[in-house]
Amino acid sequence: MSAGYLELSYLQVGGAALLILVNGGISLALRLDLEKRLLLAAVRTVVQLLLIGLVLQWVFSVSRWYVVVALMLAMALIAGVAAVRRTGRRYPGIWWNAVLSVWASSWLITAAALFGIVDVDPWFTPQYAIPLLGMILGNTLNGISLGLDRLGEELTGRRGEVEGLLALGATRWEAARRPVRQAVRTGTVPIVNTMMVVGIVSLPGMMTGQLLAGVDPVQAVKYQVVIMFLIASGTALGTVSVVLLSYRRLFNPRHQFLHGLFRKV
Amino acid sequence: MAEPLLLEAEELVRRAPDGTVLIDRVSLVVRAGERVGIEGPTGAGKTVLLRALALLDPVADGRVRHRGDAVADRDVPRFRSRVAYLHQSPALLEGTVEESLRSPFELAVHRDRAFDRDRAVELLAALGRGASFLAKQRDDLSGGERQVTALVRLLQLEPEVVLLDEPTAALDPETTSRAENLLVRWVGGGERACVWVSHDPAQTGRLATRRLRVEGGRLSEDGADRAGGEVAR
Repeated sequence: MSAGYLELSYLQVGGAALLILVNGGISLALRLDLEKRLLLAAVRTVVQLLLIGLVLQWVFSVSRWYVVVALMLAMALIAGVAAVRRTGRRYPGIWWNAVLSVWASSWLITAAALFGIVDVDPWFTPQYAIPLLGMILGNTLNGISLGLDRLGEELTGRRGEVEGLLALGATRWEAARRPVRQAVRTGTVPIVNTMMVVGIVSLPGMMTGQLLAGVDPVQAVKYQVVIMFLIASGTALGTVSVVLLSYRRLFNPRHQFLHGLFRKV
Repeated sequence: MAEPLLLEAEELVRRAPDGTVLIDRVSLVVRAGERVGIEGPTGAGKTVLLRALALLDPVADGRVRHRGDAVADRDVPRFRSRVAYLHQSPALLEGTVEESLRSPFELAVHRDRAFDRDRAVELLAALGRGASFLAKQRDDLSGGERQVTALVRLLQLEPEVVLLDEPTAALDPETTSRAENLLVRWVGGGERACVWVSHDPAQTGRLATRRLRVEGGRLSEDGADRAGGEVAR
């Protein structure tokens, strides 16, 4: 394949692996006790990426809509589960809420991209569908886990305030509004911050990848802008969705705060 | 007694998530003009009972009626504006005392009314605090001052029944006695009532027109029924 980039051999990948020894050395010298985790992380990086490489290679070669959709389903499911695993407080139903939010928001935005904005033909072309969804998922998952975690912290830390409001005649929405707002803010702030400094402090991974692959910088920038907006809207939708679903679970129609549902992990 | 029946609880049962019974088939009626004192050891279920009366927690069984009517879901906020519960260590919003006192008027249920500063000052004066107290910051308040603020915040809303959970636990003796007098005057002979949880039998003796006792989640009459009012069924 004569691509616009230099192909890497496994030897070269091995060369990069040597660099991780720097971290190992630092850990040993400072007794950070991180060597084992570092080794595990390095091995996982290699194994996971190799596996996904094989899967992608297969999906790209088959290029059937149902294969692409199946992979996209699996990705959304894993992202939903991963979002909950990062939270400190959970309630019954949180897994379902997170998976539903991740899935609905990321699919909606990816669909908008595939059918409208980027207008891919056919829509399931794996070269577009998979990376687009992947980037949206990665960020949505982050927003959802931050939002969920913050909601748990707010509702537990401000339980007195929330219940004080309810006792004075507040509706469940009036009582929960402030924690809900804080949670949505927390979930969406990172992507907004990223958008603020993108191109100044960091070059996004996708754009870097396209540049490395020899794509015209202006094209790469256009793609990146589109991706940024897709990610931002996916994150906002997912975070709002999971926070509102949680709110409905934690406050019943009788305007009672079911704080007993929370379990610290 | 012919006084109107304000609040009525029928066979209330509340269980902990693990199934433990916290209050067991508690029935209670509160009539206008009554000051019901509830005593009982720590962990007996006094707070659970008050919270259940305020519909703050789901109950496993039983009903609460307001002036003879069951309370539908959508009427719960209005019910709580009439039958108001005060937490033992109340949470106040960040900011000044005045901001805390103003905050309930932003709720839909109180929106037809406005904060009345003169009334607030009057209530504060009854509790031995001057008008300058309004400018104090929440974070500078002692536990007792928070209770004073929360009590004023509640009474200014003119509920019919107040459910008070150890409202004087953090107060000095003088403020305690002022709070007791204020409550007695506030209930008056008219359309209001109060249910007061206290760990201090002497206080219940001074205040209550009817004394009840919670023990092991069960409610019973305490014997010393001074006013001869309706007793727990």
